[in-house]
Amino acid sequence: MSASKTETAENPQFYLEEDHHPENSTNLGFWLYLMSDCLIFAILFATYAVVGRNYAAGPSPADLFDLPLVALNTAMLLFSSITYGFAMLQMERGAKAETLFWLGVTGVFGLAFLGIELYEFSHLLHEGAGPQRSAFLSAFFTLVGTHGLHVTFGIIWLVTLMVQVSKHGLIPENRRRLMCLSMFWHFLDVIWIGVFSVVYLMGVLG
Amino acid sequence: MFPMLKRLIQIALLPLLATLSGCNLVVMSPSGDIARQQADLIIVSTVLMLLIIVPVVFLTLYFAWHYRHANTTAKYDPEWHHSTRLEVVIWAAPLAIIVALGAITWISTHRLDPYRPLDRLDAERPVPAETRPLTVQVVALDWKWLFFYPEYGIATVNEMAAPVDRPITFEITSSSVMNSFYIPALAGQIYAMPGMQTKLHAVINKEGEFEGLSANYSGAGFSHMRFKFHGYTAEGFDGWIAKVKQQGTALNRDAYLKLEKPSEREPIRYFAAADKDLYSAILNMCAEPGKMCMNEMMHIDMMGGAGTESHENRAKLQYDNRRIGDAEGTNAATFPATGTPAKSDEQPHNEQGHGNHSMPDTNNGDADPAPAQINN
Amino acid sequence: MFSNPDILKFIFGRLSFESLPFHEPILIVTFAAVCLGGIGVVGLMTYFKLWGPFWRDWVCSVDHKKIGIMYIVLAIIMLFRGFADAIMMRVQQAIAFNGNEGYLNSHHYDQIFTAHGVIMIFFVAMPFVTGFMNYIVPLQIGARDVSFPFLNNFSFWMTTAGAIIIMISLFIGEFARTGWLAYPPLSGADYSPGVGVDYYIWGLQVAGVGTTLSGINLIATIVKMRAPGMSFMKMPIFTWTALCTNILIVASFPILTATLVLLSLDRYVGTNFFTNDLGGNPMMYVNLIWIWGHPEVYILILPVFGIFSEIVATFSGKRLFGYASMVYATCVIMILSYLVWLHHFFTMGSGASVNAFFGITTMIISIPTGAKMFNWLFTMYRGRIRYDVPMLWTVGFMVTFAIGGMTGVMLAVPPADFVLHNSLFLIAHFHNVIIGGVLFGLLAGVNYWFPKAFGFKLNQFWGKVSFWFWFVGFYFAFMPLYVLGLMGVTRRVSQFEDPSLQIWFIIAACGAGMIAIGIASFIIQIGVSVWKRDELRDETGDPWHGRTLEWSTSSPPPDYNFAFTPVVHDHDSWYDMKNRGYARPLQGFKPIHMPKNTGTGAILSGISVALAFGLIWYMWWLAALSFIAIIVVSIVHTFNYNRDYYIPADDVVAEENKRTELLARQV
Repeated sequence: MSASKTETAENPQFYLEEDHHPENSTNLGFWLYLMSDCLIFAILFATYAVVGRNYAAGPSPADLFDLPLVALNTAMLLFSSITYGFAMLQMERGAKAETLFWLGVTGVFGLAFLGIELYEFSHLLHEGAGPQRSAFLSAFFTLVGTHGLHVTFGIIWLVTLMVQVSKHGLIPENRRRLMCLSMFWHFLDVIWIGVFSVVYLMGVLG
Repeated sequence: MFPMLKRLIQIALLPLLATLSGCNLVVMSPSGDIARQQADLIIVSTVLMLLIIVPVVFLTLYFAWHYRHANTTAKYDPEWHHSTRLEVVIWAAPLAIIVALGAITWISTHRLDPYRPLDRLDAERPVPAETRPLTVQVVALDWKWLFFYPEYGIATVNEMAAPVDRPITFEITSSSVMNSFYIPALAGQIYAMPGMQTKLHAVINKEGEFEGLSANYSGAGFSHMRFKFHGYTAEGFDGWIAKVKQQGTALNRDAYLKLEKPSEREPIRYFAAADKDLYSAILNMCAEPGKMCMNEMMHIDMMGGAGTESHENRAKLQYDNRRIGDAEGTNAATFPATGTPAKSDEQPHNEQGHGNHSMPDTNNGDADPAPAQINN
Repeated sequence: MFSNPDILKFIFGRLSFESLPFHEPILIVTFAAVCLGGIGVVGLMTYFKLWGPFWRDWVCSVDHKKIGIMYIVLAIIMLFRGFADAIMMRVQQAIAFNGNEGYLNSHHYDQIFTAHGVIMIFFVAMPFVTGFMNYIVPLQIGARDVSFPFLNNFSFWMTTAGAIIIMISLFIGEFARTGWLAYPPLSGADYSPGVGVDYYIWGLQVAGVGTTLSGINLIATIVKMRAPGMSFMKMPIFTWTALCTNILIVASFPILTATLVLLSLDRYVGTNFFTNDLGGNPMMYVNLIWIWGHPEVYILILPVFGIFSEIVATFSGKRLFGYASMVYATCVIMILSYLVWLHHFFTMGSGASVNAFFGITTMIISIPTGAKMFNWLFTMYRGRIRYDVPMLWTVGFMVTFAIGGMTGVMLAVPPADFVLHNSLFLIAHFHNVIIGGVLFGLLAGVNYWFPKAFGFKLNQFWGKVSFWFWFVGFYFAFMPLYVLGLMGVTRRVSQFEDPSLQIWFIIAACGAGMIAIGIASFIIQIGVSVWKRDELRDETGDPWHGRTLEWSTSSPPPDYNFAFTPVVHDHDSWYDMKNRGYARPLQGFKPIHMPKNTGTGAILSGISVALAFGLIWYMWWLAALSFIAIIVVSIVHTFNYNRDYYIPADDVVAEENKRTELLARQV
């Protein structure tokens, strides 16, 4: 009764004799995690939709947002996604140094994004438009801040992975991890496009 | 609704009713037409459900007994696991019941919508054309009920009355947290929420004294957040109004702000003259002087906000923190064991500047004893 | 001691001596008892030198079976706490009449009903259900472990960390006095300024991380790790319900997390999401929490439906009737559970059409649920039903749950809900389905799978005693609440004025007493079974003539579950194998690839407790330090690439030969 023998009705095969290697679940698992994270953002978007016009007799998006700055910020994040793509291409080629280079560029763009966001936040706080001012601002800071927090963790993760890749090379474990971070990074990009359209564009122009 | 069905049910439920005769099932035998219809709905839905629950329970017990291991005479068919006909039945039977119940739900939900003005006094009598409903404005306070009668200019605490067979329109709000306004004998409940108004239409068909209560937990004094609801004849009601006017004091904003502070087991109080715009101020959370009203704020917001130079509006709109730093008024039971006010050391520095100065009356409570003290 | 109060405040935040409940004699006695018990356990473990094995074989274990058992042990321990709260409430309500204030003031009583709800849902029902899914699912699908074994260990310890945070609130500070869903504005910083709501928030957040990750893990396991031949429509029904449950978990717990984040921002930062002022909207919280909360109900009941399906088929000695319609019913329930949340607050003043829509969707859920009832019914039809304890629970469930379902549909009619909402009728209804459904199912499951996990059956006599006390006690405890609900009595009330209510509360308290005996009998059952385990020993691995793969391996299963991966042909695969002359392989064993144990999960969750404690008491240094520690430990963990090992073929041979001998003795 082995796998090599042909199976018949009288002699059904009930177990595998060779080693069974189930498919790797990491991609599916990580994708599920991203979907759960996506739900958190969905709730923050929904919250913003519900209270986003409750200015509490205070400033509105049109009074506060600086679209050119946000556009620059968006560009930073989009560029970082492209450069992450380059890193993945180099990884496929097995080129460790180039992979590390593009990862580094991605990290720099990410930091630039965070820097601009922090500048924007400090500017708002300076104007007295902090998260305590109104429900609109609470929802704004929470949505944008949560995204920023994700980017921060992404950068910490990126640096960790860079250390690991330079230490162990592009071994399968590291490739898998780079793949996960890639999904995470592009996911944050998609979320940001939502933030940019719903919060900034619709806030200022709508 | 279904008189035949109802008769049948009453007969079927007789033995159960007999055992329960010792207690007052106010929900099932109420004195107001709305609650009456709601009770009927409970009965109708129960019967519809029993149509399927009774056979299921019976079959469960029968199969459990009949196909027991010891009963070797019962048929045993270990491979039988599918029957299209049965499958259709087991999906269709609940479906049929739900279709019926769904139709009843759709109709009754619209007919008994608390926002819908009444069109009948009870099953036999429509509302006479010339009837003007009695408006009662209800405020849930920590932990007592305040009733305004705008028509008569009076207000009461923990007691309300209405004439029999005159529709009542309740306008309901709350001063601090969510409560639920519920007079089981009169009509179903509806939430009382701060800064918002809910409505309820109902009519009382019988004279008597009924229980009213908060049905939504609202903090330490919740258990005693009860009031008496009186159904009076027209003359009796006039007499009650006269009594309130005669015995009551005035309810202005100062008196309200004292009343609003948390207290438990508040006795019945009468106010002969209540400020006309007080209810609206409570609803808009601006009974305290110097505050901006919610409706004004919403108007500004609708016009696109007040711009970046509107810092002073924040203090004018702060409402929830009115009890912090107010030693007597602090909600003793919901205060931390540590005695540290929660957010005071949390607020970012720039916020502390205008935390208090625009509220000249925050230390009112120190000077005058709060209602809680009077009662204790 | 310290001269500078600022330093004290920096170190201890808002924690002070007054935070300790010296003035509550009940708590002092409890604390003393817990301490004595704790010292006893620690002493015994030290005496028998169990700390090493405990750490290595349990705390660090990534074995899904051990983690499953630990989940269930956690649930049973928390059941004692939750039930103690229940008894206290029952006694209070039975005596607090005629001006008698009872023995609990509202400060204490309000914490008790909040804690009861939180603990029973999050720390009894959830870990119990997760424990079963962890233990059974990999065995049923012929896998050697879950997809992410380390994550599984981490999830368990995070759940435990949440439970520990809630338990700390008993002795340091206080718990929330808001009801189990902590509606704002009452739970906001201004109306509940103490630490209670913060304990609530952080306890649930920490446990929620574990729950979400465990959901992801089990979905991946079921989707990717099934034995060859096991298509989706050949999966055991419990695995199906587990799959739907975990999809629900992953699609709903993030909502809870986000909602509680918003509430904590309101409390800690001063934002205005759910405040009355500055544009906040408390109704938004009520909506959000129930968008999570209603699927949560099905997270609890679906796996239990699976347990009953397995039991009813096994003990009727018959294939499950209508497997496909059972699967569809489960999936329909899973989807519909997201379309009914508003029925928890018909009374918030939505329009009639909105209320009617949600009322009708709620009723529609009863259609697949009804179909399931019929499926169990017709599984019994033409069966040979053996009344072992699991089957008793099942029949008890079918009767009780039918009643609970009926009252549930009544509550789904909005105008009827206007008079029944928040009343004791509602309380009776959901205890009817949660005790009569979830709890009965879990206890049935314990009796059913215990021999698989430990190699001996549970004592029948005490099992039956436990069942009858639970069953009868349940009716005594909750039928009076239906009556009281119809008398217009609402929930969460600690003192009453109308003396005619008292008799019903006394009956209910007696019922709770019977349930207490039921719980005690359950503990005795386990004790007696362990004591007489040799008489109850099951050496076949298949004591009930089971039908699914978990019964094909030994009891308890070896670390690797299956020496050879099974190949599946039919959905009752073990029954099929037995019928078609399966012969257990006796040679050809190979080394088996397994994940390595690790302590990281336990360490991370320990730090999470510290983080939560720091946040609750405003000890910012502790919070910051723990936060950094969590990140550092996580990063260090990722530097360990050496995470698996092979069980040598010799060990497998030895293990399997032992079983061969055991089985030979049977014949």
